[in-house]
Amino acid sequence: MSGGPILEAKEVTKAFGGILALNRVSFHVNEGDILGIIGPNGSGKTTLINCVTGFIRMTSGRVLFRGKEITRRPPHKIADMGITRTFQIMRPYYSLPAYKNLVIPLFSPRAKRTGGWRGGGKLGDRDTVGIDILEEIGFERDSFVPYKMASSLPTGYLKRLELARCLALKPEIILCDEVFSGLSMSEIASMVPLIERLQMEGITLVMIEHRLRELFRVANRVMVLNFGEKLTEGTPEEVMADEKVKVAYFGSEEVEEVMSYA
Amino acid sequence: MHTEERRKERLDRGIKVRTVGIYSLMSWRELSYLTVPRVVLILGMLLLPLIMPSMYWQRVISIVCIYALLALSFDFLAHYVGLVSLGGAFFIGTGGYLAAILNTSFGLPFYLTIPIATIVGAVICTGFLLPCLPLRGVYFAIVTLMYPLVLGRIIEALNVLGGTDGIVGVASFPNRWLEQYFMILMVLLFLFGMRRLVNMDVGLVFRAVKDNDQAVKASGMSITFYKAVAVFIASTMGCLGGACLVHIYMWSGISQFALDFSIIPIAATVIGGGGTLVGAVLGCFILVPISELLRTFGTLRIVFYSLILVGFIVLRSEGVMVYGQRKYHQFERWVKV
Amino acid sequence: MDILIYGTINSVSLALMALGFALVYGISRVPNFAHGALYVVCGFITWSFLHGLGLNYLVSILLAAFITGVIGALIYQFVLIRVRGMAISEIIASYAMGLAILEGFRWYGFKGTTYTLPVFVEGSMFIADIPVDFHRVLVVGIGAAVVSFLWLFTHHTRIGLALRGMAQDERAALMLGIDSDFMAVVAMAFGSVLAGLSAILLLPLGNIVVEAGYNVLILAIAVCIVGGLGSWMGAVLAAFIIGFAQILTVVYWGAHYQMVVALLAIIFTLILRPSGLFGQQKELEERV
Repeated sequence: MSGGPILEAKEVTKAFGGILALNRVSFHVNEGDILGIIGPNGSGKTTLINCVTGFIRMTSGRVLFRGKEITRRPPHKIADMGITRTFQIMRPYYSLPAYKNLVIPLFSPRAKRTGGWRGGGKLGDRDTVGIDILEEIGFERDSFVPYKMASSLPTGYLKRLELARCLALKPEIILCDEVFSGLSMSEIASMVPLIERLQMEGITLVMIEHRLRELFRVANRVMVLNFGEKLTEGTPEEVMADEKVKVAYFGSEEVEEVMSYA
Repeated sequence: MHTEERRKERLDRGIKVRTVGIYSLMSWRELSYLTVPRVVLILGMLLLPLIMPSMYWQRVISIVCIYALLALSFDFLAHYVGLVSLGGAFFIGTGGYLAAILNTSFGLPFYLTIPIATIVGAVICTGFLLPCLPLRGVYFAIVTLMYPLVLGRIIEALNVLGGTDGIVGVASFPNRWLEQYFMILMVLLFLFGMRRLVNMDVGLVFRAVKDNDQAVKASGMSITFYKAVAVFIASTMGCLGGACLVHIYMWSGISQFALDFSIIPIAATVIGGGGTLVGAVLGCFILVPISELLRTFGTLRIVFYSLILVGFIVLRSEGVMVYGQRKYHQFERWVKV
Repeated sequence: MDILIYGTINSVSLALMALGFALVYGISRVPNFAHGALYVVCGFITWSFLHGLGLNYLVSILLAAFITGVIGALIYQFVLIRVRGMAISEIIASYAMGLAILEGFRWYGFKGTTYTLPVFVEGSMFIADIPVDFHRVLVVGIGAAVVSFLWLFTHHTRIGLALRGMAQDERAALMLGIDSDFMAVVAMAFGSVLAGLSAILLLPLGNIVVEAGYNVLILAIAVCIVGGLGSWMGAVLAAFIIGFAQILTVVYWGAHYQMVVALLAIIFTLILRPSGLFGQQKELEERV
């Protein structure tokens, strides 16, 4: 299932004035894998995603995509290469209906290049393609849901909309920032198969999560961050058995709970 | 004691709901609901020159149209792209001076100077505004505020481009009817064109840049590029206005950079209803004639508009067109809670 | 040598003009486009007290500065507070207020040499064989005093520290019990007083004309952008850079190129280093 490393980060460091948000963090993801990134609040997970995807300029370090250097590229160029991300604080276009939200990513150069949603190679009418994508992602096609204003959609649908926005770009890798947070149990239950299906389609995923139980069901490897430093990395079982991780979470009940289920 | 509570409810009118999509062809009544306002607007504007009492007022129509172009560009930039342009005078000046130079130094006739000045002027304006496009909105406001003021002073100080006297002897339109109808046609063209544009896919991208530029970046598009395109479109309208203006007044000078051109489009948009594009044009039809009537008061006019503008903003008034559209499409009633 | 002296005088003048704008933007994030208008307002009020009411010069100055501060606070309280947070409306409202005031004065007839303010001290002195007006020396001295006072005030008094806190992080300041609305009014009042102060110091060197209002606005904005919008020390440093650049231009090219310098300074800053010298607006490059 997994190939060579598709995304590598080497010694990523980010300082905000006097505060070191990231301290020489290195990781890599193999193609087709799912890498989970966990850690207590404030450990720098979102900052890491921002640095890797170009939204924040890192103080030092390198990022490589399929061996090519992408360190100082602007965020839209990085997205154009197929490295997409979701936002922890959701950012749909609130004043537009759900399916119109997808018109914008479908307008991008990458979508025009990769196209092929209908009739192979040529992008159909963007509105229809938008509805198609939404159906793939779990919006019921024949209901009024895809036509509702994004401002009136519940969180579960908004998270899916974020993923839909990434999918419209036919990505090679999606960096998800807390897709499971804020969802009810039933919403999560329907998200996990979606994630698994994305992996089966060949998309690599990097997932920042707090909900460890669901993450460990899908992730191949997990990396733990604490205070901006990489604590450890390995399979979910290895990471959970690691004493350092337990200490970092201060023996939180969640760890205990996962241990009893894993 | 049982107190009854009521709240106000706003619902779309029945006829509005019935006119969605192809259902509008159901009957004459539905068709007219949609088309009558637009037809009234177009016919009204086309008939205007014919009913004006004197040549003076016919000239006023042309001037209104120039301001309308500027107001359209302001409304588009501010409410559809998120850039506040405080210097409409910059576009007028660039288009104006270019047309004047092309006419006096190169001898080109008006039907060549106007298109060339429009396009070249738009390129120049976009170029000047390029440095502030990747930055936050307040920088665009600052830069557009500064350019007309500074360029005016530079022209005066270095005595280039005619200095304080300006460039005289610009050819005028051969025929006053041509002048007015050209201006009116341009305004109608750009009004309906822009309304179409903002609902097309490109228009959605512009609105996305205004609402949420991080998401646009994450979708693989350069916001600097799209802002530049929007500024180019807006400058086209402004430079067109400027080029026509010098042919109307047969002169181009520093007053082209004057404050009237900066404040009236803003006031017209706010009064007419921001975000509707039609409101901006309507606002001009209201404000500019008043401005002409108050000409004897000198710059007190500007004080007058500025204060009205502040009043509208502070009282968060929605503007004439927004109010009108709301009344047209929706009705209100009290509902028991 | 004369470049050094005139450069310093010019720089301090620019710093005085810019500090008011920097203060207001730094604290309430509202660009006060009425800054130039307040400058002229103070000059006019001083003149009225001096010639209209025949008050003592010092009294006129103090009263005028105070009243200018009050006017600024009123503008904020009644206009800008209502549109706080709506970026488009804030910008339009402050711009419109500035225009209303300045054009109002223009209509009232501020032209020519009829309106002047006397210099503080007549005569001149020699610094290293170069004649310099006493008044200009005073400008430098008072300017330096104002900057030091500002530094001390914002570092050692409760209100000053509250202002700095708000400038850094408004939400945190709110949580600590600092009333951000009131602080913003205070900031606006201070900014207006600074504008008035610069008017009092600089207008005696020329006439009171409406154009001065626009010039001050342009220069203040230029200095603040180069120094970094919101950074007070940055504004001072930028004032020196632009001040000396202007004097050098005057010496080597010609007096009328001064405005070009201001414009080019803004363009270069925006292209090369948008957050300015000490910009706290690092978010420009690093927003999430």
